[in-house]
Parts: sequence; C-alpha cells; structure tokens
Amino acid sequence: MANLRELTHREDRLEGGHRLCAGCGASIAVRQILLGAGTDPVVAGCATSCLEVSTSIYPYSSWKTPFIHSAFENAAATISGVEAAFKGLKAAGKIPADKKMKFVAFGGDGGTYDIGLQSLSGAMERGHDMVYVCYDNGAYMNTGIQRSSATPKGAWATTAEVGVAQQGKTQKRKDLTSIIAAHGVPYVAQGSISHWKDLTSKAEKAFAVDGPAFLNVLATCPRGWRSAYNKSVEHAKLGVQTGYWPLFEVEQGEWKLSSPCKALVKTGRKPIEEFLKPQGRFRHLLKPENAELLAEVQADVDAYWEYLLKRCGE
Amino acid sequence: MPVEHKTVAATGNNMVAEAMRQCAPDVVAAYPITPQTTIVEEFARYVAQGKVRTEYVTTESEHSAMSACIGASAAGARVMTATCGPGLAMMWEMLYIASGMRLPIVMLNTNRALSAPINIHCDHSDVMGARDAGWILLFAETAQEAYDNTIMSIRVAEDPDVLLPVMSCLDGFITTHSIDRAQTMDDESVGAFVGDYTPQNALLDADNPVSHGNFAGLGGPYFEFKRSQRIAMDRSKSVIERVGAEFAELSGRPFGLIETDMMDDAEVAIVVIGSSAGNVRHVAKQMRAEGVKAGLVKVRCFRPFPAAELAAALSGMKAVAVLDRSESFGAEGGPLFMETRSALYDLERRVPVVNYIYGLGGSDVRLDLIRSVYTDLSDIAAGGEVPAGLHYLGAR
Ligand SMILES: Cc1ncc(C[n+]2csc(CCOP(=O)(O)OP(=O)(O)O)c2C)c(N)n1
Ligand code: SF4
Ligand SMILES: [Mg+2]
Repeated sequence: MANLRELTHREDRLEGGHRLCAGCGASIAVRQILLGAGTDPVVAGCATSCLEVSTSIYPYSSWKTPFIHSAFENAAATISGVEAAFKGLKAAGKIPADKKMKFVAFGGDGGTYDIGLQSLSGAMERGHDMVYVCYDNGAYMNTGIQRSSATPKGAWATTAEVGVAQQGKTQKRKDLTSIIAAHGVPYVAQGSISHWKDLTSKAEKAFAVDGPAFLNVLATCPRGWRSAYNKSVEHAKLGVQTGYWPLFEVEQGEWKLSSPCKALVKTGRKPIEEFLKPQGRFRHLLKPENAELLAEVQADVDAYWEYLLKRCGE
Repeated sequence: MPVEHKTVAATGNNMVAEAMRQCAPDVVAAYPITPQTTIVEEFARYVAQGKVRTEYVTTESEHSAMSACIGASAAGARVMTATCGPGLAMMWEMLYIASGMRLPIVMLNTNRALSAPINIHCDHSDVMGARDAGWILLFAETAQEAYDNTIMSIRVAEDPDVLLPVMSCLDGFITTHSIDRAQTMDDESVGAFVGDYTPQNALLDADNPVSHGNFAGLGGPYFEFKRSQRIAMDRSKSVIERVGAEFAELSGRPFGLIETDMMDDAEVAIVVIGSSAGNVRHVAKQMRAEGVKAGLVKVRCFRPFPAAELAAALSGMKAVAVLDRSESFGAEGGPLFMETRSALYDLERRVPVVNYIYGLGGSDVRLDLIRSVYTDLSDIAAGGEVPAGLHYLGAR
C-alpha cells in the first residue's frame, strides 16, 4: 500500500467545513477510505444519516467527487444502479471501454444493519463492482441516539433506556460482517478509524477487487457515546484492544486476523471495561448492582473473539 | 426512409417489451410481479439473445429496483423499469425521490389492485395512489396504445423542458395478457424517433462533479424545488401534445391527452380511463342505434390533468358519468370523478356529473353495466334526479 507520505499528497475527496460534530468518526472513516481509492474517479453514494445531512446541505457539498444520496435504506441499491449505468453506457459505446471508475456507498449502522440490510444483501449478491462501507457508531445518531441492531448490549440509547426495569439495550449486537462474508463476495473486512494504516490498506484492497466488497468500520460518535470529543480515536482504539471490535478480513473466502489483533492474541485483550468506562452510555453498567450484566457483556466479547480465532485458524 | 409497419398478434406485455427493446435503455432494473412478469421475462430474453445491449439489474425488490433506476438515471443512463400494484406501493418513497431529483425514468405499470384481500387483477388503485408523486401518468386502452405510449414516454421524460419520470400504464391481464392485433414499427424508425439521450449533471461525468439528493431542510429551498416541479409538470402538457403529434405522423395513429368519441352531437357522455373504454364505445354505439345521443371521453393522460380539454369536451353535456377504477375512501368520489368535476366547475352552465366505482380487483365490466350507466344518464338528461352519492357498479 501507499505510505503515509504518499497518502498525504492524495487529494481529499471529502472537504472540511462540513457540519459533523467535532470529533465525529464518520468523516475520519470516509477520508481514510477514499484515500484507498487511488487516483481513479470515484462516485460516492450515501444513506440518509449524520454523514449525509452534514455534508450535503444545499447549495453546498463537501464532496469533491460525484455524490448521490437518495434515501435511508437503499444506498447499496442506488450505487448499484450507478455502477450498472457505467456498464450499460460502456456497452453502448458512450463511455470508452478502457475508462476506469470506482463506486462506493456509505451508510451508518442503522442504514446498513437494519433498514438497508436487504438492499445491501441484494447488491452484494448481484456482484456489482462496488464497495459498501458501513460506519458503525452503534445507534441511529442522526435522529437522536436510538438503538440499532449494532448497538452493544447494555448500552443506553433513547429507545433502550436505563431505569429500574431495564438497563439499556437487552440484546446482543448483530454480527453483520459475518453475514456479508457469508455472501461469498471477494472482499470483506472490519476496520476502525483508530488504525488508519490497516483501514486504508483494507480500502485499497476493497477498491481493487473485481466485484463487491464490504467494509465495516468502527466510527466513534462522541455525541451518542457520551464521550470526550477530543478522544474519539483513542476510544475506537480501545474498541479494538478490548476485542469489542476485532480487526480482520475475509479475502476470497479466507479469514485473516489483522496484525493489530494478531498482536492481541499474544499480549491478551484489555478488559471490556476499558472500552466502556470513557463512554457515558455505559455508565450504569459499571455500577456494582450491574456486575452480572457486565460479566455477560465480557462473556459475549470473549465468545465472539473465540469464534473469530477459529474462523481465522489462529 | 419510410416507416415499416408490421402487423402482429401480441399481448400488451409483448408490445411493451418490444417497445422497450426498441428504445434501447442503457439500464433496466426491475422485480417481477403479476401481471407485469411477462414484460421483464421477455426483456430478459432479449438481453440474453443479444437483441438489446441493456445492463439488466435483477434487484431483490421493487424498492431496490426504483433505487437502482434512480442511481442509473442520475449517472446519466436512459433507464426503464416495470411494476404494478404492491410493487408500485413498495416503491412509493422512491417515486417522489425520482421526480424530485428530476430523473427521466420511464416505468411501465400493469395496473393491479392493492391488498387486502390480495388480488392480482386490474384496477387503478396502484397508480392513483401515486398520482401526486410528480410522475407524468399515461394510460393505454389497448396493446397498441401501450406500445405507442411507451415510445412516446421516452421523448417526453427526456425533453429538457420536462425532465420528469413517466409512468405508462396498461390494465393488468385485460390489456397485458389478451392477444390483440397491433402494429409495430421498425427499429430504425423508433430509434430515430426517441433519439439519443443527453443527460444533464451526470454522476459519471467525474470531471464536473455534482452532488445529487442534497439536504434542503432548515429553511432551505425545498419549497422552491417543489414549485419548479409543478412548473415542469405544467410545461409537460404541450410537450406531450407535440410528441404525440410527431408520433401520429410517424405511426398514423392520432394521440391526444383525451380521446373523444361520438362527442360532436352527444348529449350524455361517459368519462373513462384504460381498457374499459372499449366496452363503453361498444355500448355507446348500441345506444345510438336506439336513439340515445351517447358519447365517450377517454383520458389518456392523467398527469398533467387535461382539465381544459375535459371542460371543452363536456361543456355541452346534459349529463356526464365518470367511471373510476379505484377508490378514494371517504372522498366525494374516485380520483377521476373529483378532478373531472373540478374541471367543470368554472363552466357557465352546470353540468350534472355522477360517479361510478367499477371493476375493483378485476371485477367484470359487463356491457349491461355500462348500458345501465347510459340509461341513468338519459334519465338525468330527461330531467330526472341526479342520483345522489357514488355508485358501486355491479357490486353484488
Ligand atoms: C425510511 C426512513 N425511515 C426513517 C428515517 C429517519 N432516519 C434518518 S437517519 C436515521 C438514523 C440513521 O442512523 P445510522 O444509519 O446509524 O446513521 P448515523 O446517523 O448514526 O450516522 C433515521 C432513523 C428516514 N430518513 N427514512
Ligand atoms: S451525532 Fe455522532 S455521528 Fe452524528 S455528527 Fe455528531 S458525532 Fe457524528
Ligand atoms: Mg449510527
């Protein structure tokens, strides 16, 4: 992959001056990923989300590359149509046969794990030459921090409240990355905004393969996580180091643990509390009366880690 | 080169699939649903046989079909699709997005009832539910008209003065599946008529990057965008007429926003949309033989609504019946009735208008039912009471 010096010379395709909150992980994810697209022109799609409403406020646009938003649940289908047009116009001789372009769709966890899952599954199955990126901040942030199927167990959300009868979200997260891997697409990976080198090289691979690729990226939301806006990257890093968000890739069906996590196999993971502590959405979980729930959360992380090691042959 | 006409025995769906092939869309994204299926099957066959070089996207739902059409159209491609009933309902959110983004997508709709109870047969509930979605709505009576409308739709949608999506509708099973005698034109003539599409603000023009589908809330220009859609829709009327006239010259088949039949000396008239016009015409002729001055107005374009044309055609009537093949539960009547009566409001003379809901879920539109409508109209014309309320024609 390109080194840091080379990357710094590449043009940013997402311009500053957008209206995302300070410390928002979404724009970090987008910029790191678009750096991995190389020099071919890129058409970017986006699902309705914080990212979309903050970067495309008419008559402005933060996108220095062709951009399309159509709705919340269909970023994958929409960009699949753009890619189909590219093929169709090539077949008609209206675009030169040797012209190269990349197609990428961004969606939040709500737009991807939940309402957009069918659209994503369809696009992956059809084999479009496109990259789909989910920036997972663990809730519907744009509409005010409601729970999604990506919200971690025990987390507070405005539709998974904390009170005498309930301690935040009662269900486990959905393992979307495995679900998309099960589609048998050429490239699937999990990355984090805290590991730029890992993420950008995964993006390079995703853009390079012929066919669909999927990236699931942990992207801190200081507003929804109730965390310090100037520590977003650190907080995402704790997600990786505790094993809450393992980094791995599935390349042509082969599962591989990424090097930051390989290191963890040797050194051991940090306890999950390290990830939870700086986030106000987990405050109740760390109270003595919720010790059992906390143990459950740790057990879930351990079980997923074991599952992953097995799949990766570690 | 003169146009080569070929007479064929074909279903409405055959004719539509043929027209689609001749329009050579760059992308078709579609999902199967009865009674639209034979369109997408036939088109898929054309693709497989190399008879059309379209990129054919077989989506996992109608929602994704319209979403992919939107992406493809914004990318700069000529885009077509087809659906009906529940499929159209599933697209609902995306219909407004297609028109709001001013994308000239052409969609065939094989009019089908909406559940519940589930029913695969014809009525106009699907398209009438979408009548305010900013799409131009054309209707066919026959397989021939379905073919003609499909070809004209491309020109209308892509006209730089319009740039709106067009839904070209034909009646499920009645028109889609009955074999009819019809004429096709040769590929070159159709190709020359529809011409090449020159997109504006195409996503694939990466040297001139544009953003589509931006956020226009927070006091942004949303309201003004809607007005520009209204202006484009109003402007489309003369474009449809111009394209219709050009097409008539090519095909020898006249086209109007409305079609009037036996209206020159008529005293009573039925206003109708779609395939039922055939039965109405047949009965009108019978009634004339019996001395009733019966006429018929068929609406071929519902959006933009031909209000002035209807007012002109109906102003001299002693009584008018509007037949609606869809409900608008709780309203004064069906959508065609409400808009027709409103079109007559500014006339000097008040024309009595009655409304009949008919044929929901494919319920039979028998000749005796049409006859009963003309008989009611004759009674009203002779000074009888205008029957109050709306009537369910032939409901058991
Ligand atoms: C069909 C539809 N349902 C609901 C909404 C409301 N809505 C807009 S964005 C959003 C949540 C987005 O959450 P996510 O995808 O996780 O992105 P985030 O804002 O967290 O970055 C919701 C519920 C919508 N725009 N469209
Ligand atoms: S609410 Fe969260 S996801 Fe949305 S802009 Fe702010 S930090 Fe980013
Ligand atoms: Mg989210």
